[in-house]
Amino acid sequence: MKTTTLAVAAAALLTAACGSKSGNESAPASSQQITGAGSTFVYPVLSAWAADYQKQSGARINYQSIGSGGGISQVKAGTVDFGATDQPLASDELAKANLAQFPIVIGGIVAVVNLAGFKPGQLKLTGPLLADIYAGKVKSWSDPAIASVNPGAKLPSANIAVVHRSDGSGTTFNFTHYLSQVSPAWKSGPGEGKTVSWPTGVGGKGNEGVANYVKQIPNSIGYVEYAYVVQSGMAYAQLQNAAGTFVSPSAETFSDAAQSADWAKASDFNLVMTNAPGANAYPITATTFILMPKQPKDKAKSDAALSFFRYALEKGQPQANKLDYVPLPAALVKQIETYIGASLK
Amino acid sequence: MSPSPPAAPTSGAGADRLFGLVTAGAAWLVLLVLGGAAASMAWGGRLAFEAFGLGFITSRDWDAVSGKFGALVPIYGTLATSIIALVIAVPVSIGIALFLTDIAPRWLRAPIGTAVELLAAIPSIIYGMWGLFVFAPFMAAHVEPWLSDTLGPLPVIGTLFTGPPIGIGLLTASIVLGIMIIPFITAVARDVFNAVPTSLREAAVALGSTRWEILSRVTLPYTRSAIIGAIFLGLGRALGETMAVTFVLGNAHDLSASLLMPSNSIAAAIANEFTEADSDLYRSSLIALAFLLFVVTFLVLAAAKLMLMRIGRTHGRTH
Repeated sequence: MKTTTLAVAAAALLTAACGSKSGNESAPASSQQITGAGSTFVYPVLSAWAADYQKQSGARINYQSIGSGGGISQVKAGTVDFGATDQPLASDELAKANLAQFPIVIGGIVAVVNLAGFKPGQLKLTGPLLADIYAGKVKSWSDPAIASVNPGAKLPSANIAVVHRSDGSGTTFNFTHYLSQVSPAWKSGPGEGKTVSWPTGVGGKGNEGVANYVKQIPNSIGYVEYAYVVQSGMAYAQLQNAAGTFVSPSAETFSDAAQSADWAKASDFNLVMTNAPGANAYPITATTFILMPKQPKDKAKSDAALSFFRYALEKGQPQANKLDYVPLPAALVKQIETYIGASLK
Repeated sequence: MSPSPPAAPTSGAGADRLFGLVTAGAAWLVLLVLGGAAASMAWGGRLAFEAFGLGFITSRDWDAVSGKFGALVPIYGTLATSIIALVIAVPVSIGIALFLTDIAPRWLRAPIGTAVELLAAIPSIIYGMWGLFVFAPFMAAHVEPWLSDTLGPLPVIGTLFTGPPIGIGLLTASIVLGIMIIPFITAVARDVFNAVPTSLREAAVALGSTRWEILSRVTLPYTRSAIIGAIFLGLGRALGETMAVTFVLGNAHDLSASLLMPSNSIAAAIANEFTEADSDLYRSSLIALAFLLFVVTFLVLAAAKLMLMRIGRTHGRTH
């Protein structure tokens, strides 16, 4: 008797569970939902756009900020409608996976320091110097190489505590890509990548981790995304760009970098903007790229995603500015729209 | 009424058999899951083991750009932090447990006991944030400069305390870990100390033993195997701890003798790097790390069991 009651109860539970599950699944399928995954860098602005876009069109965008690498593999596997990556893919890799790629928004990576008495932008660094600091070759703030670009500044005779990312990150990719551009020793040593074999320093998880380490370790240097610098008011270093000018990170200098970069020649927008040639270009300017399948499984959803990105490119500037990102220059937006028209239809 | 008594025994026997099967199934499921987890991690890490062989364990390289991976630094960091944590936590825990069972006035026992148990309920991420925001700056400002000034110049021990005092590194991580495992060891130690027969203790007092003699000659020998079990419970937790360690260990793949320098642990490396491990070899190396953590934990627990068996044999008692 008891066993049969148990079995009946179990069966009832099972059916109840199945019933509720299928009920849940059928609900959201009726409203249109676009799914995407990838870069954590683009997540804040993408969610702001998504919220606004949903109000206008009713389409819901579900974006999972699992990291650029995750975004690439998910869109290749076809489990999401679009992916977002901070590191552009080469044309042959795109062709192999039958993907299209275009930039969506610009940001910058900033060298932040914790030096007593230094205000934001007061410290000046050159690219090779930054590479030498991260390589552990320049060990002290009182090193003559630092003093020579900061005449009159009161630099402490303390060791430099280097902070880098511990997790794989598009931010690290852009940062090390820049260091490789300006320092042959860095290029042949640690090289560029989302995570490299750091010669020295401690690793913080995420932008928050690096920002916290820099805030807490006196005489430290780290690199974080621009938005974190604006929101936290941390002291940052001016960097010397390819034209020889010392520039502070700002919407104008990022925009200058984007305009001076040679997008027209880059196939599938495969271009990393670091060390851009513009007179006022900020040297570590970064872009997030959207990846979409050229022959999507669900055409309607892919079209909905495309019209979302058109909206973001054309009307998304206020949200981007408010969140300390930089919208793409108008000329670049035009190129992207031609590209979308040609390869995604 | 009349048909049910003869029916009851048969259905009772059936229910017994079913109950036996269900409990046996649950027990076998644990073994199955354990074996499955080990096998799937070994399979997932096969690329790394094939590419690097035994060198995977002895190499200190961890370079995603050139695709060279070695587990020496994370293994060292995991073992070093856990062992230092034990060195800190064991005396403190046994001290707390003894105070609670023998020394503290009765009204104080419940509040302190509850506080220790609450310590065990704090999520590890909270320990990590406390370590990062409160404890690491304290270490950097007060403890580490003193350590490197006073112990740094000493010949052998000095190498353990060199380097810039940044507050983040092996020592800070070990202390945070130590604090995290104190409640586990304390809770078990208190319970087993309470289980020491009063007659034994009274006899020792009657013979004129001091508190220290009661502890070292009666309480600890009587409870030895249970205390060792408690220590290894704490060690098991310390080996696999992820979030708290990630926050304060520094996550740098550097091998340094100094306890003030940043290092990495197996669990922290996996948590940090898995999301962006985009090459097959990289991902496989991280899974291989997980397999090694499994092996390390297994070896530690096996050693504990072995030790308990040996003690049981020499003392004729296993609990």
